Amino acid sequence: MTKDHLNVMSFDRRRVLQGIAGGFAAAGTTTLFAPAVQAANKPIKIGYVSPKSGPLAAFAEADDFVLGEFRKFIKDGVKVGSQTYPVEVVTKDSQSNPNRAAEVAKELITRDNVSLIVVGATPETNNPVATQCELEQVPCISTVAPWQTNFIGRQANPGDPKSWKPFDYTFHYFWGLEDVIGVFTSMWSQVATNKSVGALFPNDADGNAWGDTTIGFPPVMAKQGFKLTDPGRFQNLTDDFSSQIAAFRGADSEIITGVIIPPDFTTFWNQARQKGLKPKVVSVAKALLFPASVQALGKGGNNISTEVWWTPTHPYKSSLSGVSAADLAKGYEQASSKQWTQPIGFVHSLFEVAIDAIKRSGDPADGAALAKAIGATKLDTIVGQVAFGSSAVPPFAAKNIAKTPLVGGQWRLNGDRYDMVITDNKLAPQIPLGGDMQALS
Amino acid sequence: MSGFDTIIEGVLLGGVYALFALGLSLIFGIMRLVNLAHGDLILLAAYLVLSATTALGLPLAAAALLIVVTMFVLGFVLQRLVLERVLGDDILPPLLVTFGLSIVIQNGLLLGYGADSRRLQAGAFESSSVMLAPGLSVGLAPLTALVTAIAAVALLQLIFYRTSLGRAFRATADNPAIAQLMGVNERNVYAIAVGLSLAVSVIAAIVFGIRASFDPSIGPARLLYAFEAVIIGGLGSLWGTLAGGIVLGLAQAIGGRINPEWQILAGHLTFLAVLMVRPRGLFPARRA
Repeated sequence: MTKDHLNVMSFDRRRVLQGIAGGFAAAGTTTLFAPAVQAANKPIKIGYVSPKSGPLAAFAEADDFVLGEFRKFIKDGVKVGSQTYPVEVVTKDSQSNPNRAAEVAKELITRDNVSLIVVGATPETNNPVATQCELEQVPCISTVAPWQTNFIGRQANPGDPKSWKPFDYTFHYFWGLEDVIGVFTSMWSQVATNKSVGALFPNDADGNAWGDTTIGFPPVMAKQGFKLTDPGRFQNLTDDFSSQIAAFRGADSEIITGVIIPPDFTTFWNQARQKGLKPKVVSVAKALLFPASVQALGKGGNNISTEVWWTPTHPYKSSLSGVSAADLAKGYEQASSKQWTQPIGFVHSLFEVAIDAIKRSGDPADGAALAKAIGATKLDTIVGQVAFGSSAVPPFAAKNIAKTPLVGGQWRLNGDRYDMVITDNKLAPQIPLGGDMQALS
Repeated sequence: MSGFDTIIEGVLLGGVYALFALGLSLIFGIMRLVNLAHGDLILLAAYLVLSATTALGLPLAAAALLIVVTMFVLGFVLQRLVLERVLGDDILPPLLVTFGLSIVIQNGLLLGYGADSRRLQAGAFESSSVMLAPGLSVGLAPLTALVTAIAAVALLQLIFYRTSLGRAFRATADNPAIAQLMGVNERNVYAIAVGLSLAVSVIAAIVFGIRASFDPSIGPARLLYAFEAVIIGGLGSLWGTLAGGIVLGLAQAIGGRINPEWQILAGHLTFLAVLMVRPRGLFPARRA
């Protein structure tokens, strides 16, 4: 009952606020800036949906910085053929709510008349937006979610591979489940252990995929000689992990893995240390994505490992501004006085891919032409090469999916702050190592 | 040994839930006010303690004391300026107001502190444990939480049954009109009750903030368990709330031991079972 109330009320409140804000913005542009606009071509509008509030808000933390830089760079417009078009970015807050994400995507399409939408913050944000775009035939570029969640997760029947169909307007680039499995097992083989792995897979989309007996960890583990202890799917925001800890102790697990939300990992890790569970390797996804989450563990976070999609040491630069990964991260740290985070590079790359496709589209107002241009993307971005139709992706998904490199790293305590040190690059040797894998002490 | 371990962990978890629930139980018992912002107020207290320890550099104990006073004053003011205006025969307005408060606090915290996960640091304390038997160790932090919960209930009980303030509380809870005729200032009694409730929440905030990391959106999830503990224990009974928390913790730990998928569900099922068998909870207050 309260949930419904929440939705109803927040919609109304938001709508009113947005109405007011929109009114001001409109008044502003007509009265103050009207003389400066050269009304040669209608502006190309890019819609951007991100979770500015709610539980996923950490993903959107760098938005203001990245969008600010992009707007500065694009202020003179973009040249398509012989015409120059001004570019506008229209941003919407998904409030970390999939229903709301679909709603704002629809608003962007029908009310703001955007030419395309870019989105990059977990399946909860990406999928509803992409679904709306496919329905309304507006091109969409998404990232920051394993590709399976985007391609398989949006099929009419995800359980039946034969029924899967490619999409016409929605494109996604990131790594996949197979990559994170490869990176984790490669990291584990660097440390001498008894190869007994304890798994924390929650009862959500990620946990179920990771624990799946055909596409998840179990088959690969068996093939590589690891023994997997998976006590079962638990609910997110669980306050007690004593049963999992008992199972891991029973199996003498020297490796712990999982895909687990930050508060649950903290609860687990505190309890594990209290109960004398001392693994040699802990590799978890999701929980330790952001430096703030590792910082929250105190000294206990040293040498915990995670998958790494982007760091300032990645040897790539922006196709838009030529800025290097290192300089982009440094710019964020100076502007925000916070440590860099992985989504910065990917949010930046979304606009690289968008502008590149707009330039090649011939007519940015033509959705089909733009979608075709996105599908033909072959661009070296700040997160690596984005190229659709590659053989690195299974043929059924190759049209809509491109893969970017994935490596593994450990958080190392450096004075008061944690640094990300890349310790495994078996799947992407072009990304330099920062050090060797170390066992937990 | 593993059976023992489960029971001990369940009871310890119950201590944490009881601390979440105490403040809620207190104002529900006295004012019949369901505070939907309780989880967010606990979170607010956690963030304030975090600021006091990091920005002001206070030790945790001093920070706790400072924030207890702060939250008491905040509760007092909140009741006098906001909640008082909506209390009445209709239970809907106070519900809506506290619900609104919950949203305001969440978004206020997001603005002020950002979306990052935070945690209260307690150094070696957070990972140290007591060995009860070979292979059976119990974390010092959860043990302290349980002891604190018991101490907090005992202290509140003392206030309720041994002081004139407590008499005023009980009288107002029984019949506000007659209590007023007897010279009890109803407005002050209510304001002190809300203040006390928020002061107690600071303890919950510290225990919770050490145990897990928190972000601005996590409050409402904690509210649910607090509610269940209050209902299981019986409305208006503080010892009942402690018992309710422990029942909930035990149910979750036992359910989780059978299968981690059942952990949370087992807690909810136990709650429903108690509601069916004893609709007024395990230890309802004597008054009707």
